[in-house]
Amino acid sequence: MYDFTYQKPATLAAAVAALGAEDAKAMSGGMTLIPVLKQRLNKPSVVVDLSGLGLSGIRVTDSAVVIGAMTTHITVASSAEVKRAIPALAALAGLIGDKEVRHRGTIGGSLANNDPAADYPAAVLALGATITTSKRSIAAEDYFQGMFTTALEADEVITSVSFPIPAKAAYVKFKNPASRYAMVGVFVASGPAGVRVAITGAGQGGVFRHAGFEAALTANWSADALKGVATSADDLNSDIHASAEYRAHLCGVIAQRAVKAAG
Amino acid sequence: MNAIFEGIGASVRRKEDLRFISGRGNYTDDINRPGQTHMVIKRSDRPHARIISIDTSAALAAPGVVAVYTGDDFVNIGGLPCGWQIHNKDGSPMVEPKHPVIAHGKVRHVGDPIAVVIAETKQQAKNAAELLVIDLEDLPSIATTTDALKPGAPIVHDEAAGNLCYDWHLGDADAVAAAFATAHKVVTLDLENNRLIPNAMEPRVALGDYDRSTGDYTLFTTSQNPHVIRLLMGAFVLGLPEHKLRVVAPDVGGGFGSKIYHYAEEAIVTWAAGKLSRPVKWTAERSESFMSDAHGRDHVSTAQMAVDKDGKFLALKVHTVANMGGYLSTFAPAVPTYLYATLLAGTYTTPVIYVEVKAVFTNTVPVDAYRGAGRPEATFLLERLVDAVALDMGMDRVDIRRKNFIPRDAFPYQTPVALQYDSGDYFATLDAALTSADYAGFPARKAAAAAQGKLRGIGVSTYLEACGIAPSKVVGALGARAGLYEVANVRVHPTGSISVFTGTHSHGQGHETTFAQLVSDQLGVPLSQVDIVHGDTGKIPFGMGTYGSRSLAVGGSAMVKAMDKIIAKGKKIAAHLMEASPEDIEFKNGVFSVAGTDKQKTLGEIALTAYVPHNYPIETLEPGLDETAFYDPANFTFPGGCHVCEVEIDPETGVVSIINFNAVDDVGRVVNPMIVEGQVQGGVAQGIGQALLENAAYDASGQLLSGSFMDYTMPRADDLTNITVGTENTMCTHNPLGSKGCGEVGAIGSPPAVINAVCDALNIRHMNMPATAEKVWSIINGRAAG
Repeated sequence: MYDFTYQKPATLAAAVAALGAEDAKAMSGGMTLIPVLKQRLNKPSVVVDLSGLGLSGIRVTDSAVVIGAMTTHITVASSAEVKRAIPALAALAGLIGDKEVRHRGTIGGSLANNDPAADYPAAVLALGATITTSKRSIAAEDYFQGMFTTALEADEVITSVSFPIPAKAAYVKFKNPASRYAMVGVFVASGPAGVRVAITGAGQGGVFRHAGFEAALTANWSADALKGVATSADDLNSDIHASAEYRAHLCGVIAQRAVKAAG
Repeated sequence: MNAIFEGIGASVRRKEDLRFISGRGNYTDDINRPGQTHMVIKRSDRPHARIISIDTSAALAAPGVVAVYTGDDFVNIGGLPCGWQIHNKDGSPMVEPKHPVIAHGKVRHVGDPIAVVIAETKQQAKNAAELLVIDLEDLPSIATTTDALKPGAPIVHDEAAGNLCYDWHLGDADAVAAAFATAHKVVTLDLENNRLIPNAMEPRVALGDYDRSTGDYTLFTTSQNPHVIRLLMGAFVLGLPEHKLRVVAPDVGGGFGSKIYHYAEEAIVTWAAGKLSRPVKWTAERSESFMSDAHGRDHVSTAQMAVDKDGKFLALKVHTVANMGGYLSTFAPAVPTYLYATLLAGTYTTPVIYVEVKAVFTNTVPVDAYRGAGRPEATFLLERLVDAVALDMGMDRVDIRRKNFIPRDAFPYQTPVALQYDSGDYFATLDAALTSADYAGFPARKAAAAAQGKLRGIGVSTYLEACGIAPSKVVGALGARAGLYEVANVRVHPTGSISVFTGTHSHGQGHETTFAQLVSDQLGVPLSQVDIVHGDTGKIPFGMGTYGSRSLAVGGSAMVKAMDKIIAKGKKIAAHLMEASPEDIEFKNGVFSVAGTDKQKTLGEIALTAYVPHNYPIETLEPGLDETAFYDPANFTFPGGCHVCEVEIDPETGVVSIINFNAVDDVGRVVNPMIVEGQVQGGVAQGIGQALLENAAYDASGQLLSGSFMDYTMPRADDLTNITVGTENTMCTHNPLGSKGCGEVGAIGSPPAVINAVCDALNIRHMNMPATAEKVWSIINGRAAG
């Protein structure tokens, strides 16, 4: 990696100030940033470590699960409260990366990075979560703006994510055989935000909602309702593991399995 | 005698594992020398380009930089040598273009070294490497194996017209043509053997050191055969005499063939250490491993079997194009010829065979031997073809195999493709594997799976391989530029503990245990009294290293011969001490005794006498108890067996799951059954990897698309199932142990078992590897041919 300055601020205000520097880069768990630095694909002037801000923790209310941005995947996956309130969310966190990654990676880091094959974006979008930052609250629909692109400004830090508790939800992930990222990951939910189907891993622009599936499930919440509902391959990824056509097919298969899993 | 049996046949726990699993291994990267510098290599990101200019001035001026070298610095130094010369059909030698240590004039594959930067720290070397100004002019490039031979294809080496390295053949073309003309049926199958990237857990590392006061060079390197590296690099590349060059290969974390070869980095660090009078260290990053470790496989073939009306094989004809990559790696030319074509009789009595092999250059990483080396390619071709014959003939896949097996009483069996098998029983391994796999119960399991909407398939592979490499005279006649004997030095110390110096090399195989068991068994000493020393040309005699499942069959045989000498000498000493005739001395369980008496001396007492020869037949016998033996095998060894794979396919996604895998192999005498089981399981895991997951994907121009673990699918534990391993052993008849070798059987026998099962599940005639989910889904949905 290239040389950089390392800072670990103790307050949110100090972190925001540090991120105001040119080419500053925030680091939460570092599970994406550190490999990228090691490959010299990023050359930050300063790396701002957010682990000293006290942003981890889980709070469950009658209507929502609120997760601090620095909460690790393993914490979410093993939280009895999350398992009770939104079991699909705990299960999703348990599918991220490997054990080592789950012990370091955080929900805030995942959402700020917005990898097009990451898992959390599917949950955030399907559950209609709200992302709270150092500046404001952002609705999920407004947050994701294409692969590795979000509504966040350069000096804006995610502090927590609030997930409304759905009536039903499930996440099913078809893994890329090599990387084990989502090749097609489908999160289905029926709850305060209505019926939503969010798909990660498949789209060129990152996570997206599937209007056809949502309409079909709104009319009839069953796996059978999705049969025959087409997914266009036009905006889907194509690579050595899966063509766009295969991904389009998988969207339907995996969505059906998710609906079955949600019950 | 030991309280706990530790000799031949005992599943002794591996002596080396405490070191490996507790972080106490001593790998090449763990070694650091005083004053050490660090080397970073600037590699080509283009598949084929002319080097117009390299401006090193900014890099040389960068902080900490000690030196920058380019191909110009190596113009008067030998290229990396090829250790095997193949001859064309017309008797002319293969085209053997120079393989510069650092690319000169042109780069020929992504990963080809263009320049090296040596600095005080690795970080400084990396920084400086980014300051190199390299002007490359792209040239048309070619990566696809078959396209390389097409008229008008871009040319990789000017001296290799049509990209042809050699056009070789084996067998009787006329006899095959005659058999085809009158056969009941000729079954044809086109198939590919996918290119693989070895991906040893430990990346390659090379550390060169030079002692100005003595003129001695030392190379620490991740090698499977340090003496071979010393010979190749010393004699052919750098011109260093053996006594001034020591090569050390300490603990090595996996090789699978990829660490056999002499690589450029070894020569560069050794040469630069001399130039700079400072140690120079290079450690590959994983991305470098993908584009600089020799790849494996990459064949495109057409196979044809002529059969009579009863399904008896009459003649086999094979045409193969084999990809050599951008340069010839050390043993590359041997892989698709003598390690491949000679195996095409398999376990069958096919009376006539003709094989043509064209080796081609492409703008890809050099291809060389990878676990199995030629034999997996032959086995995949043959075992897939046999299934196709059964299908086309409407015959049972197991029955047709039995019908064509070499009978039990036909050994030694001369094949029509040069090899003479010494022993085997293919019926025994088949029967045992079918029983182990509950083959008879498969239809019920298939029906049960079908009721769940799943497609079940079962596949059988009855393979044979040739290993225990190799009789020197035979391989010499076939083009090898090296002898392939092995050597052992057994040193009994004065109090009876023993050090054994072997020319083989352990990089995961467990030699420190297996060989110690062998010595413990033969000399009757506790396992704890025996240490195995390997991997340092400064300590061990000139041996050839480890590959081709040769260590026990060849290296172990050398050890037995050396121990025979120890025992013979010990008898003479014992006879002297006990005032008997040497002919009357018996040696058993570590004790020399006079037959028919209670007089006896332990090995320790004899050893002490040998080193403290006060009462000793000094006029007729030298002191000491230290013997060396070289062993050159009379023949290859011929492990064989049967692998049965059961798969289940999810038709909605195309995902193939391995449900059950049963291997029953004939590996000859087994010293440590636990290690054999582990070796077979590891090999099968790699075979399943090739069959379902792994693929070195290039685009048509030669850009490596699977250049990291994000895209190159390694088999993981959850891709596999429990692999049940059994043995039905017949003894090798020509080595003193009867052992045949077990390191490669798993990788050789398993891929066709998996694909045969997939084809069975899909009810198709053929599909190429890897059987990825999308490919299977495409076949199910009629989007692709089987």
